[in-house]
Amino acid sequence: MTVLVGYVPNAFGEAALTAAVEEARRRGEPLVVVNMSRDDVLVDARRAGEEQLARVGRDLADLGTAFDVRQIDEGNDAADAILRVAEEEKASVIVIGLRHRSPVGKLLLGSVAQRILLDASCPVLAVKAS
Amino acid sequence: MDNLNALIAGFGDVLTPLNLLVALLGVTVGTAVGVLPGIGPAMTVALLLPITYGMEPTQALILFAAIFYGGMYGGSTTSILLNTPGESSSVVTAIEGNKMAKAGRAAQALATAAIGSFVAGTIATLALVFVMPQVVDFAISLGAPEYLAIILVAFVGVSAVLGTSRVRGLASLLVGLTIGVVGIDFVTGQQRLTMGIPQLADGIDVVVVAVGIFAVGEALWVAAHLRRKAAEVIPVGRPWMGRDDWRRSWKPWLRGTAFGFPFGAIPAGGAEMPTFLSYMTEKKLTRHPEEFGRGAIEGVAGPEAANNASAAGTLVPLLALGLPTNATAAIMLAALQGYGMEPGPLLLEKQPDLVWALIASLFIGNTMLLVLNLPLAPAWAKLLQIPRPYLYAGILFFASMGAYAVNSQPFDLFLLLVLGLVGFAMRRFGLPVLPLIVGVILGPLAEKQARRSLQLSGGDPSGLIGGPVAWVCYAIIAIVLFWPLVAKLIRSRRGEGRDVENKSEVSV
Repeated sequence: MTVLVGYVPNAFGEAALTAAVEEARRRGEPLVVVNMSRDDVLVDARRAGEEQLARVGRDLADLGTAFDVRQIDEGNDAADAILRVAEEEKASVIVIGLRHRSPVGKLLLGSVAQRILLDASCPVLAVKAS
Repeated sequence: MDNLNALIAGFGDVLTPLNLLVALLGVTVGTAVGVLPGIGPAMTVALLLPITYGMEPTQALILFAAIFYGGMYGGSTTSILLNTPGESSSVVTAIEGNKMAKAGRAAQALATAAIGSFVAGTIATLALVFVMPQVVDFAISLGAPEYLAIILVAFVGVSAVLGTSRVRGLASLLVGLTIGVVGIDFVTGQQRLTMGIPQLADGIDVVVVAVGIFAVGEALWVAAHLRRKAAEVIPVGRPWMGRDDWRRSWKPWLRGTAFGFPFGAIPAGGAEMPTFLSYMTEKKLTRHPEEFGRGAIEGVAGPEAANNASAAGTLVPLLALGLPTNATAAIMLAALQGYGMEPGPLLLEKQPDLVWALIASLFIGNTMLLVLNLPLAPAWAKLLQIPRPYLYAGILFFASMGAYAVNSQPFDLFLLLVLGLVGFAMRRFGLPVLPLIVGVILGPLAEKQARRSLQLSGGDPSGLIGGPVAWVCYAIIAIVLFWPLVAKLIRSRRGEGRDVENKSEVSV
């Protein structure tokens, strides 16, 4: 059993990560950090750079949590990728960051968070950036 | 001074709200397609060709020239930020530019590229003003045999000099010439290669060929390939340069211009060679040799200036001789033909307003590009986040619509698909696309000149080699084609093999 967190290099991702660390401690389970970037674009703002992932790793090591950082860069569906990892790792909870979306934005682009909330077979902890 | 007066009159023609709007549209679209790798100005101009048939010829040409210039600016952005050159002419920019971006100097690299492009574009366009009419004066005295010879030089230039492989270049040229001869022979009225299909009797429209090869071919190629990891965003910031950057940039800008313009102006120049030469020169002359390979600003400034200067140079043969030396110019030539104008030396005489308005619009477009590119570079970089499926779906939509709009014939859509598959196969087997499109456009022209010279000489083949201009051209062709052989002979026999050059006669 693990705590799985979907990480993106922005305020939402950091908020999710902080909440996930707490959750992992409380449950006494290892943490799996997943960063996803699409493979059909040239540049993806949600891709975490090597340095960023290294920093996340250092922070987690300092906090003394058992952890694993994964970067997925194939496919173009972050919700799918996170749910697949959750399945593989038998995650007990998925932690994600939530952002406000306008109705039109949701219609056009869909929502990764919404798909995870609806399709996950385990509890999902949705965090808002402060 | 006549040139300057004509140019000022051209400014008068261009400075109407609608023309300025067209130029602004052109530079915006041009920068956007330049930024996106795989979509170049040639494809864009091909896609817009059918749409512009409803416009004034002057406006259409202003639009195309603006896209062409814009593409040169935009290409550098991707090279610097992603190490993925948007255009072949900005390959060299990527060498130092991307290193600079990685070292956190993306803003300076983008600034020197944009300002260098502006400086080079302005100087080179000014050179165009003075050189082009001289070339026209010279070209107007040329007869059919000389003109044929010059076209053949262009054929050999685009297929054997540019690109990596002569055989592939010539193969591509032959495919183009074959597509070009489809239709009714204009002298005898016989059908050629129409296979009994009545729709082919009028020949294959250049628009359909260009859209099929550039747009559909590229879209199929991308659909079949180019799946790769996305890069992370490099923070750009507003481009600016410090005093030291200016000091190190201005000389490379001027030297790059000096390389770029002449190479663009000769019928076999292109932009790749001068950018490379400029890079080598800067590397040799720099006072900071230790920085080369780790992000030297001179290595961005010089090649960027060279590629914009060569873009302006390309317009010399296009406007003065009717010879395109790159794909975008080839399609602009097709547009001229579409308006019923005869590109060539007579263009300046018959349509001086159009030519000078076009040149004036280049100055204006260049200034607009500087204004658009310096403060907005971060916004342009955002374009790279568009998922490819959206882009290529759009391209295929416009491609089919454009091909159908030319003649409103469903048959053209089949033709488009077939040509798209040809374009895909050419990319698959590494055949360059430029010789094909030049073959399609110039092939019929070359044939016309050849037939005309033969008619003049009463069928005597010696009529094809009249005049010293033609001799020089054929000598150049022979040297270019047989150089590898000659070089080999010289190497093996040290100076005994040189007499091979001038005797061989070449027909393409």
